[in-house]
Amino acid sequence: MEFDWLFFCEVTLAGLGSGALLALTALAFVLIYKATKVVNLAIGEMLMVGAYLFFSFAAGFGLPVWLAIPLALIGGGLLGAIVERTIIRPMLGESAISVFMVTIGLGSVLVGLVEIIWGAAPTQLPDFMGTTPLFIGDAYVSRKIAIGFAVASIVIAAFVLAFRFWRGGVALRATATDQGAAYSCGIDVPKVFSAAWIVAGVAAAGAGILVGAVGGISPTMGVFGLSALVVVIVGGLDSIAGALVGGLIVGLVEAWSGTFIGGEYKLLATFGLLILILMVRPYGLFGTVEIERL
Amino acid sequence: MRIGALKDSYGADQALFDTAVQRLWLALGAVALLAFPFAANDYWLYLACLVGIHIVSTTGLNILTGYTGLVSLGQAAFMGVGAYVVALAETKLGTPFLLNLLAAGLVTAMVGMVVGVPSLRVKGLYLAIATIAASFILHFVFQNWTTVTGGTRGLSIPPAQLFGLELARPFALYWVITPLTCIMVLAAANLFRTRIGRAFIAIRDRDISAEVLGIPLLRYKLMSFGLSSFYAGVAGGLWAYFFRVVTPESFPFVYSIFFLAAVIVGGMGTILGGILGAVFMTLVPEALKLVVGLLSPWMPNAVALLSPVRTIVFGALIIGFLILEPHGLAEIWRRIRRFFHLWPFKT
Repeated sequence: MEFDWLFFCEVTLAGLGSGALLALTALAFVLIYKATKVVNLAIGEMLMVGAYLFFSFAAGFGLPVWLAIPLALIGGGLLGAIVERTIIRPMLGESAISVFMVTIGLGSVLVGLVEIIWGAAPTQLPDFMGTTPLFIGDAYVSRKIAIGFAVASIVIAAFVLAFRFWRGGVALRATATDQGAAYSCGIDVPKVFSAAWIVAGVAAAGAGILVGAVGGISPTMGVFGLSALVVVIVGGLDSIAGALVGGLIVGLVEAWSGTFIGGEYKLLATFGLLILILMVRPYGLFGTVEIERL
Repeated sequence: MRIGALKDSYGADQALFDTAVQRLWLALGAVALLAFPFAANDYWLYLACLVGIHIVSTTGLNILTGYTGLVSLGQAAFMGVGAYVVALAETKLGTPFLLNLLAAGLVTAMVGMVVGVPSLRVKGLYLAIATIAASFILHFVFQNWTTVTGGTRGLSIPPAQLFGLELARPFALYWVITPLTCIMVLAAANLFRTRIGRAFIAIRDRDISAEVLGIPLLRYKLMSFGLSSFYAGVAGGLWAYFFRVVTPESFPFVYSIFFLAAVIVGGMGTILGGILGAVFMTLVPEALKLVVGLLSPWMPNAVALLSPVRTIVFGALIIGFLILEPHGLAEIWRRIRRFFHLWPFKT
């Protein structure tokens, strides 16, 4: 059989599209890790809550899409703020493992809440992007994935610019480098922590709406967070560029392995990649290498 | 008020249970365990067996996470390996019951050591994530290595035979699971009085210092992974004999979180904590079921709420214990004991 280049291109484009969504989720993750050194395993569940909020606003209350999206984003930000104040703040100074476990507990609580409020059955988000397919040259791209890719790239670019030029972004980078020094320069570190969680909540909710629009929503869609976890490990826990590159790599690996080897090999390929990276470059492609001293 | 116990030999000082009161309580506990199957019905015996299996697995994870400081989210997958080994040995080879359990433990220990290899380079959260990956890969193997594992249909197992008796009912299995659990917990308690156990604790407290003190890190970390997986394998084997059918869905990722939660809720790095945590985490869902049963006359949809409420309570327990009582149930237990020791005086 001759190798079908057009089909390969289409799969690659789809992979890049879902990779952009992964990168957006990973960005929320990296943001929290950079500012607070918390590995947030509940990011997939926060994303799910964002998608369900959008579902309620758009389908339940019948609000127009341009209103439902900002409301869902605000809801995601609120969730981030509440989580930070009630659960993460009391754990300040505890060991990283304890905080990590707290976020696992949080994920479980969020899944349960979603099941109680919205039920356990998977549903579809109301369609708000249209379905006319796009063509790049001859290659077919699903419209949803193309829009997802565009939105994710714009948001990521905005984040990169904000980190470079906005005061808050600089404060966040300062906190990430050295909390004590940031404090003594007059940066309100607890406020930076809150801000990071809020912004991450917004980003997660946005990613949730996009992911939900592509694949439908269900209380188990938090599993997407596991792929995002692989992304940040591959890219490096504290690197924005890493989240971007890692997201695209993982998206491509998932799309290629899912199409050319078989759907059940998708998770295997991602986690295989994860272990490979951990063995070769434990701190990811762009992560800061921690040097341990006695 | 009880004053300190007088010890006049090194043997008495080193004893695992060093006071007469403690030994008295232990004897009472043993009698209670012996009398329990004659007083309880099948439902309670079922729970007792399940608790026993969970205690073995939680104690294993406690060796790795509580004592060596290596967080693992693969315990359920390791149990799955043990369960499959038992299922295959029983149906394909027909080897005796206890030998199958031993084989399950040893094979799982081997798998555990392979999974522990990344601990050579990574630790802490990165290692936890590596074990997540390993557990998903093992799950994939269970599901797709159809010729051996039976794919999604899984394998069914005939009842275990021991000394010509058929161990099918919980009543019969209780007499196997309980002694095995006691032996394995005692072995774990004794482990931390040996060189190996002390080395584990040293690694947990500061691995670089431990290496400076002459503890080969890689060897001891792998040993810890192996021991912990051995416990998981035996627990998985018992699980297989208990439920008599093994499918890939029997050991989901949440089950691994369950064991880590049990270690945390019970108290990391104490043998008692592993026991208390496993008992508590196994019985809470049952208690919830009971509450739902009581509520159902007034709330018609209470049964439908059971599963999500269980998920929420599970997460809330993890969060609550970590924030309010980081040392877990074992610490609460210690406080209660101290209260009675010092009784007319305040602590």
